[in-house]
Amino acid sequence: MRRLLLNDVQLALTFDRLCLELLSGSGTLSNTLILGLQPRGYRIMNRIRSRISSFSQESFMGYGSLDLTFHRDDLRHRKSPLPTPLKTDLPFDIERKSVILVDDVLFTGRSARAALEALWTYGRPYKVELLVLIDRLYSRHVPIEADYVGRSVNVLDHERVQVGQHEKDEEIKEVWLRTCGTHEGGTSSVE
Amino acid sequence: MKVGPHRLSSPHLLGIREMSVRDMELVLETADSFKEVLARPIAKVPSLQGITVANMFFENSTRTRVSFELAEKRLSADVIQFSAQNSSATKGESLLDMVQNIIHMRVDMVVLRHPHPGAVHFLAQKIKAHLINAGDGTHEHPTQALLDAYSLREKWGNLKNRRILILGDVLHSRVALSSILCLRKLGAKVKICAPLFLIPPGIQQLDVEVEPRLEKALSWCEAVNVLRLQHERQRSLVLPSLREYAMYYGLKRAMLEKIGKTILILHPGPINRGIEIETEVADAPQSLILRQVENGVAIRMAVLYLLSSASR
Repeated sequence: MRRLLLNDVQLALTFDRLCLELLSGSGTLSNTLILGLQPRGYRIMNRIRSRISSFSQESFMGYGSLDLTFHRDDLRHRKSPLPTPLKTDLPFDIERKSVILVDDVLFTGRSARAALEALWTYGRPYKVELLVLIDRLYSRHVPIEADYVGRSVNVLDHERVQVGQHEKDEEIKEVWLRTCGTHEGGTSSVE
Repeated sequence: MKVGPHRLSSPHLLGIREMSVRDMELVLETADSFKEVLARPIAKVPSLQGITVANMFFENSTRTRVSFELAEKRLSADVIQFSAQNSSATKGESLLDMVQNIIHMRVDMVVLRHPHPGAVHFLAQKIKAHLINAGDGTHEHPTQALLDAYSLREKWGNLKNRRILILGDVLHSRVALSSILCLRKLGAKVKICAPLFLIPPGIQQLDVEVEPRLEKALSWCEAVNVLRLQHERQRSLVLPSLREYAMYYGLKRAMLEKIGKTILILHPGPINRGIEIETEVADAPQSLILRQVENGVAIRMAVLYLLSSASR
């Protein structure tokens, strides 16, 4: 069973609002990098990237992707096969830069924790912020909160947030809330 | 190309013979990600935190040993270095007793180099830790073969129908067997060139051709893997002289210039300069020798990472 959280119009409005919040809240754009967390945060970042030029002539310093597979805290506790490492595309020096990490769903916070650890292997950024499309409330395992939130939802343990019709869709048209038979988490990379 | 589920089908890396093509592709794919890690300002990830690896070397080694140690440290594993010279092996303790004692100190993985072919296969039947073969006598050296294939794949994209020559002391080389098996499984064509007394009988069963004339063999190939002439294993004294070997089977600049095409050059090291390869050739722009060393760390990181999650 599933119900619609955001349809395509609501999603477009949410992305526009996130773009405006980013432009007004992230300080000097020319010193700010935006990184999508692989794989699903990267799709969100691309959507933001394609919209942001509608609102500002000024542009961010750069966009990239960050894979956090090797920084996961559950590698030794998994029964299923390891996740496939994906491409990290970070052709910038992050020293003293502001970095905005982008993910689809903030659930336990473990992805964001792993992303922070991965990011620090590239240098010492001046500031790091987190943007998520969906914030699953009251479900954190680590003390991490997002700075930019598309939509906050209160989700039960046996429900999961699905961004896009299919999780591997490049284009995101809606966000669904699915009821699962088992107690599964959200769709963020490390749960 | 992305390969299927991210897990090796075996809990050990015993040899290329036992490895499936899918497992080999998985190691090569994963090594790509670790090459990116190695290029970071802080080239260290916590993937093997809490895992203890024992490097047990019963033979001398520089590259392989340092490469494994670096790979383990880059993955944040705890590392024990063990060498036979300073161990109770000198008091007559058996290999099995020694390894079992070390594993009972809660060691998760063992990297083993041993002078006896099959030593690692013997241990795999007896112990519970993950085993990685870092060279067993004249038998196999699987991580070397994988890093050779990886270095060529970096240049060519894939090895399908590529023509690769293995030149030199095939009889005493553990690299040769692993390399032949690896290259054939990945779709390359392989020829062997060596004096006939340095070619093991029955080598054609591995689906390779033998070409004893060096110039003809070089004219055929796109890459040549030059093997070290192994003085320490030449028990039968079949080699008349090093000078004669260098004259007929040493890889020389003059011959490569005469052939007039770019041939990629590999060597597993250590190099006997002036014997199996001239210095100008070893250091030539088309030489991948130092690239092989660099790639060796990424390949070993991939193997350790993938095995750490395999069920024992």
